[in-house]
Amino acid sequence: MPDAAPAIEVEHLVKTYAGVTAVNDISFSVARGEIIGFLGPNGAGKSTTMRILTGYLPATSGHVRICGMSVTTQPDEVKRRVGYMPENNPLPEDMRVSEYLYFRGRLKEIPRRKLGPRIDEVLEVCDLKRVRHKIIGKLSKGYRQRVGVAEAILAEPPVIIMDEPTIGLDPHQILIVRDLIASLRGRMTLIISSHILPEIEMTCDRVLIINGGRVVAQGTPAALRREILGRLTYAIEVAGDPAALPALLAGVEPSLRIDTAGEPDADGFRRITLTTEQTAELGEPLHRALTAGGAFRLRALSRMNPTLEDVFLAATRRSWDVRSEDLRKS
Amino acid sequence: MKHLPTILGHEIRMLLVSPSTYIAAAFFLGVMGTIFTGILENYSKAAQEASPAQVFFQLFWIPVLFIVPLLTMKSLAEERRLGTIETLLTTSVSTTEVVLGKYGATYFLYLLLWGSTGGFFYILHRFASDARFLDPGPLIGGYLFIALSGLLFVALGIFASSLSRSQSVAGIICFAALLGLIIGVPGLLQLPALNAETFRPVRSAIEYAQVIEHLGDFTRGVVDTREVLFYLSGTVLTLIFTILSLEAKQLHS
Repeated sequence: MPDAAPAIEVEHLVKTYAGVTAVNDISFSVARGEIIGFLGPNGAGKSTTMRILTGYLPATSGHVRICGMSVTTQPDEVKRRVGYMPENNPLPEDMRVSEYLYFRGRLKEIPRRKLGPRIDEVLEVCDLKRVRHKIIGKLSKGYRQRVGVAEAILAEPPVIIMDEPTIGLDPHQILIVRDLIASLRGRMTLIISSHILPEIEMTCDRVLIINGGRVVAQGTPAALRREILGRLTYAIEVAGDPAALPALLAGVEPSLRIDTAGEPDADGFRRITLTTEQTAELGEPLHRALTAGGAFRLRALSRMNPTLEDVFLAATRRSWDVRSEDLRKS
Repeated sequence: MKHLPTILGHEIRMLLVSPSTYIAAAFFLGVMGTIFTGILENYSKAAQEASPAQVFFQLFWIPVLFIVPLLTMKSLAEERRLGTIETLLTTSVSTTEVVLGKYGATYFLYLLLWGSTGGFFYILHRFASDARFLDPGPLIGGYLFIALSGLLFVALGIFASSLSRSQSVAGIICFAALLGLIIGVPGLLQLPALNAETFRPVRSAIEYAQVIEHLGDFTRGVVDTREVLFYLSGTVLTLIFTILSLEAKQLHS
């Protein structure tokens, strides 16, 4: 049943160009209303995957279904259900914003009667009312980007795919586009690719990290942190004899060890970072152990939150290691 | 084909608001006007055998060589350079609709430009008021030929535009193709090798494909179905190649 099917299902997707494998056996599925972030270094296969999802490029092998419909056998049905904003957001230079939206609306088969009110609505949502009669070629990048988003949501498709919607924008404009994306939450299924990781972390429910044409990690940002980095890091500032510290740490948790230790400052406090494979919270026992006995004076204790950037770097590095091992074996 | 009217309407609109169309039109009418004035001047000096319309249409290839590349080079090349072809083809629009829409709009403009030269004959008719100058036969035959051959010329231009992302490269390819078709084909007949018995079929095929000869027939009032078929089948074939070229580029983008 199309209505019960997940918004996007991708099974064993492979795409090769003239001997180069751009996408190598990718599988994932996206539930309705979910916002997915695509991460990956340049050339990882993100744009290729997105183009296959929209039906613009044919896949070499594998299955893609959008709302239960196959991209290969029902391309027109799929295209009606997908709003797509390509990389670099190509727009015609010599049209006015409202003219462009009208033309796109007609191509997307919105009835003429409904198109006028719908364009007004989209212009309002994307804050484009002031520039509706301006020529697109003369708009600033932020406005152009919003025209791209407006175009993607125009026909109210159940699935929206945006390739780097925030590239080249200033922080203020990124905020506007991000709010715009957040306002679509729950109504539409979104796939967004981006290099700006805090961006993805803030807007996406789930993250998919792609490298070398493979999915190297997927999950919520928090789960990825645990899975990829596999350890917690604490930073403490203590005064006291550092030689006595390892023994004390072993008493708290056997896997806890000193990662880096700084030089003592004027007050005799040094900054030390500790890592542990234990995923349970160690803040309180650590605090208790350090303050008890009087051997150490504790000034600060905090758990360091790895950013998605660390996760991304670790995941892509890990996949490169795997690949170079494969190469060595063959 | 549901989207064809939308695309066609959009393309015609875009051509009519684009300044380059008016530059091309002014240039075209300037050249044609100069040619026409030159013809009339000759007539005022001495009586000529052919009617002005006949002489006028004999020089049709001069504007065609320049105006067709100018009108068509932008169509698909620009779309691919900007990447808007990707947004176009991710709606339920087929490549056939895109190509036919662009082709139809450019052909419409081509006819509009040639149609405006009708004004010259109207002025001549109005002020010369001499029936000898305005023989309706060659006039109708000439415009019929322009409309028919334009089908193929514009299709060649659209095809050239699908081959490259660069407008200027597309323009040059189109210019070379038209030059080959209009001037090069009669030139081929001069090759001594074609006189050999084995090449007789090739020679007769080339003889059929002489655009300037076709014009002569049309202005004499002879509408040969073989010639009509030559332009129609050439147009269809060129448009099919354009669609294939666009799809091939899409696969390798």
